[in-house]
Amino acid sequence: MTVYYENVSDIRPPVISTGVIGWMRENLFNGVFNTILTLLCVALFVKIVPPLFRWIFIDSLWVSTSAECRNIQGACWSIITANYRFILFGFYPYELQWRPTIAVLLLIGLLLISRNRRFWKKPLLYAWIVGLFLMGILMQGGFGLRRVESDQWGGLPLTFLLAVFGLAAAYPLGVVLALGRRSKLAVIRVLSIVYIETVRGVPLVSLLFMSAVVFPLFLPEGVTINKILRAQAAIIFFTAAYIAEVVRGGLQGIPKGQYEAAESLGLNYVQTMRLVVLPQALKIVIPPSVSILISAFKDTSLVVIIALYDLLKTTQATLSNPNWMGFSSEAYFFLACIYFICCYTMARYSRQLEKELGAPQ
Amino acid sequence: MAFSEGGIGPIRDEQPVMIRIEDLHKWYGEFHVLKAIHLTIHKGERVVICGPSGSGKSTLIRCINRLERHQRGKIVVDGIELTDDIKNIEKIRAEVGMVFQHFNLFPHLTILENLTLGPIWVRKMPRKEAEDMAMAFLEKVHIADQARKFPGQLSGGQQQRVAIARSLCMKPSVMLFDEPTSALDPEMVKEVLDVMIELAEEGMTMIVVSHEMGFARSVAHRVLFMDAGQILEANTPEEFFTNPQHERTKLFLSQILH
Repeated sequence: MTVYYENVSDIRPPVISTGVIGWMRENLFNGVFNTILTLLCVALFVKIVPPLFRWIFIDSLWVSTSAECRNIQGACWSIITANYRFILFGFYPYELQWRPTIAVLLLIGLLLISRNRRFWKKPLLYAWIVGLFLMGILMQGGFGLRRVESDQWGGLPLTFLLAVFGLAAAYPLGVVLALGRRSKLAVIRVLSIVYIETVRGVPLVSLLFMSAVVFPLFLPEGVTINKILRAQAAIIFFTAAYIAEVVRGGLQGIPKGQYEAAESLGLNYVQTMRLVVLPQALKIVIPPSVSILISAFKDTSLVVIIALYDLLKTTQATLSNPNWMGFSSEAYFFLACIYFICCYTMARYSRQLEKELGAPQ
Repeated sequence: MAFSEGGIGPIRDEQPVMIRIEDLHKWYGEFHVLKAIHLTIHKGERVVICGPSGSGKSTLIRCINRLERHQRGKIVVDGIELTDDIKNIEKIRAEVGMVFQHFNLFPHLTILENLTLGPIWVRKMPRKEAEDMAMAFLEKVHIADQARKFPGQLSGGQQQRVAIARSLCMKPSVMLFDEPTSALDPEMVKEVLDVMIELAEEGMTMIVVSHEMGFARSVAHRVLFMDAGQILEANTPEEFFTNPQHERTKLFLSQILH
């Protein structure tokens, strides 16, 4: 055998294609099938986008009466501009709506700050405690502010309340259930399985009905639990069961050697889970957990069936006003935008978190 | 007085007993993995266990720190008997260091954090003190410059040396090695064995499951040969390699020593 040896240190990779034309040929027109697909997509785009653009921006009315809206071809955004305060805040007393506004801004601010992992320290925890307390006072009153009962809460603050607390409480509960399902103690394991399978086996709607209608029957006379709180509990219990199954998948992905190494150092069960297993398992399941959290966020709109005035219900209520009847496309488009912004933010954050938590390999 | 030159010396019967195993049995379902094991290991003694795969070597040392549960017999480590009492198990695990074939470092923690985890959470050592000690042990396994990296960024040999340092940080009185070099690329075996030899020279009590016969010859006080769940032969390395008693041992040696 002969071996050829030469100095090959300065050879660069061959240039295959350059520029926009090269990229297009490579990605859009390589082969008959792809070319047809590309042309079809362009045709579809031309057919849909310009009329949509006209409907949204050109033929539309932004600030007008409903009567003027009846005569135009485009979108009637006036339904939003005229009713946005009812859509966003429901039956919260009109002159006091600055209070939920501040509460929501406070919440968004805290969430945005918490995005950054560098701030995950004690002060942020205190900020949350103080912030939640302030939000409570702003919403409910007290300390010199007029009292507003919770059955007057509605719209965006209610949706955020149900979603943020629902997700924040469901996640840890789900983790505990997942650990329970893998427990060596039979009682804990069976209880966890029964819980998870029962809750997953019924629709959220039925849980909400139970919380609204059936549950109060079991309370002693004179005791009432706030309807929002009951709906909140139903959302937490429901979401936790799904989180539990996702986390269980993550736990199964951790090699046995990790448990053994932790145990052979003398770490106890709680330490092994907290310091070694969960940090790895939860990182693996970030994408599916966020999917669940996103769908749980959207599912909060199901509380309309027990007559809570969340964002969806206030929108529907606006549409049932005879003046604004028939402009549902515009109203739902607006609603969809709000939901989309929230869900897309969550999705983006999950990607950022995945990147930050990934230990270099 | 430590041991004689080359690390090989007599079994020091006058030293206190570190591990005592009496009539140990273990079954996996119906399968009898360990059969009537009797073994006494003194402080400072170094034992190499070899034998064909499936003979129960790994299971035996995993019983010593209760990664496997035995069903009959008695294991006493440093005066503490292994029972189902979780407190005893945790106490023994903190005393017994374990090095695995596949290192089992924690991939989400840096090398330094891997080392300080046990001392901080089990020994309740202040972080600063734990880090100083960890750096000293990393120095000892010649890898201090990698302290801030993650396990995935290190070679197999480096990872195994980190794993050894991680166990040492718990100041164990016994070290168990479960085939520490068999998952390594050939050129990395030596760096790990060198660290183990240094450890041996300091008088650490060691039980090593390994087929590194050179290591056994130069470091071990006793070599055990296991087959089908039993200890067939236990002898000084000299006797073991030059004058094996059992047919099974002879066959095994002829297969691994070319």
